[in-house]
Amino acid sequence: MRAVVWISEDTWEACVDQARLLVPEDAEVTLLHVAPTDVEDLAAHGGARLLGRHPPPPPGPPLRAIAEEEAQALLGEALKRFGRPARTEARRGKIEREVLDACAGADLLVLARDGEARLGPKSLGPRTRFVLDHAPCQVLLVWPEQPPGIDTIPLPPHLR
Amino acid sequence: MSEVVALVVLAACLAAAVARPAWAPDWAVAAGGAALLVAVGILSSSDARSALRQLGPTVGFLAALLVLADGCRRAGLFDALGAGMALGSRGRPGRLLAMVFVAAGLTTAVLSLDATVVLLTPIVFATAARLRMNARPHVYACTHLANSASLLLPVSNLTNLLAFRASGLSFVRFGGLMALPWLVAIGIEWVVLRRSFAGDLQRSAARSVRAVEQPEVPTFALAVVGLTLVGFVLSSLIGIAPVWIATAGAVVMVVRERPAPLEVVRAAEPTFLVFVLALGVVVRAASQHGLSTAVDSILPHGTALPALLLVAVISAAVANLLNNLPATLIILPVTAVAGPGAVLAMLVGVNVGPNLTYVGSLATLLWRRIVHAHDEETDMREFTRLGLLTVPASLVACTVALWLALQVV
Repeated sequence: MRAVVWISEDTWEACVDQARLLVPEDAEVTLLHVAPTDVEDLAAHGGARLLGRHPPPPPGPPLRAIAEEEAQALLGEALKRFGRPARTEARRGKIEREVLDACAGADLLVLARDGEARLGPKSLGPRTRFVLDHAPCQVLLVWPEQPPGIDTIPLPPHLR
Repeated sequence: MSEVVALVVLAACLAAAVARPAWAPDWAVAAGGAALLVAVGILSSSDARSALRQLGPTVGFLAALLVLADGCRRAGLFDALGAGMALGSRGRPGRLLAMVFVAAGLTTAVLSLDATVVLLTPIVFATAARLRMNARPHVYACTHLANSASLLLPVSNLTNLLAFRASGLSFVRFGGLMALPWLVAIGIEWVVLRRSFAGDLQRSAARSVRAVEQPEVPTFALAVVGLTLVGFVLSSLIGIAPVWIATAGAVVMVVRERPAPLEVVRAAEPTFLVFVLALGVVVRAASQHGLSTAVDSILPHGTALPALLLVAVISAAVANLLNNLPATLIILPVTAVAGPGAVLAMLVGVNVGPNLTYVGSLATLLWRRIVHAHDEETDMREFTRLGLLTVPASLVACTVALWLALQVV
């Protein structure tokens, strides 16, 4: 069995914990992180949006280097928390596409909800929803903290 | 015929600025275009000189502000802001967003939109990344606030600098009239961004947070910026034009930080200054040959609330089509006749409006789409959605706030 565990800044602990609990010991596990290049691009090259301006790049490490360093460090921490042998993979690009691409040939994707902490469609952000809707394998969907109670389910429209 | 030539030259300047071809730098196209218009007699040399005389002090002011902001960067002001934001966030993305709002709101107001885009935004990205947070809400906040928080002072945006001179307002009165619209614009951004990124922002501090360094406060740079601001406020009382106060601030920063002379010149971005001057001359020619009459026939006159609203909306539309700098140069002479109220309503439009498009204008957007084909599609959709949620609401609310301020201040 091949399993991909999607490690993202906000929810990785829960994913790793549930993967350790529920993914079989003999599974081939990949811990995957994707750095979104669009945010990095917006932050690094905002000056290009100002008509007529050609500002020099600011000194210091380029944002890409910071993003890559933090991604590696995060994957390192995730591997330590997982406590089992696993492969780590750091990708860059459009998050949802990269995650799906990394799932090609996998049997299971472990990912976490990243929206509001109550039952309902808003418990998934747009990128996570895209991945969930298009996943080419089985999916283990994890709550980042304790699952909210059944009482947080939105009321039907006529009772609101 | 003159009309057509003037408009073609204007279009060529904008095309060069948007497409940025290596073989035709925007500043050279604009300068060449301006020279051509004078050479063929479409613009008299005395009119060209008068346009340059009018723009000269504004461009000098801009250069001083660019050098001042660069001095602040050298002194470590933005690094300190990053460290301060990290410390104040206590590991909570929502608190970091609040810090970013304060930092971007003040940086934009005092050191201009350019400082927020070029100097602060990369620091915000790095801060969020080091804190292991999804940087998207924070970077989007910077990008939005660079525009919408640039309403407050004449120094907050090049468009304001241009309008400040034409409006005849004092520095204090300008700020007094724009304070309420500024707060309203920031408030709308806060509500929309908080709601739109509710999921990303709710994570608690329970998870592991890395130790954050104590920021080293660059006292000298802060003092220079503070004193420059005090100087601006007192400028009309002591009878010194604000441009000289900005120059003094810039000189003090240069003397203190001692960058190489070439780096000071680079910080002032001479090619950008040439571009602004030349574009001003080209727009003057186009205005004389029909553009002004056309704008005049579209824009409402008077300073009643409906007229101000229409001025803001039309200005926002032009800024979104072309970019806010040419929009200001084109609309300003017409609104200046109607008085400061109309000029400030135009600023609401050209400053807040560009948040509608990911890259500042439809022209830039179209070009990027041609060049990059499809790789920005989804992200652009998200940015545009945020723009649709904030821009129309801000245009109306800020103009109403401005109208209220005009009745009171």
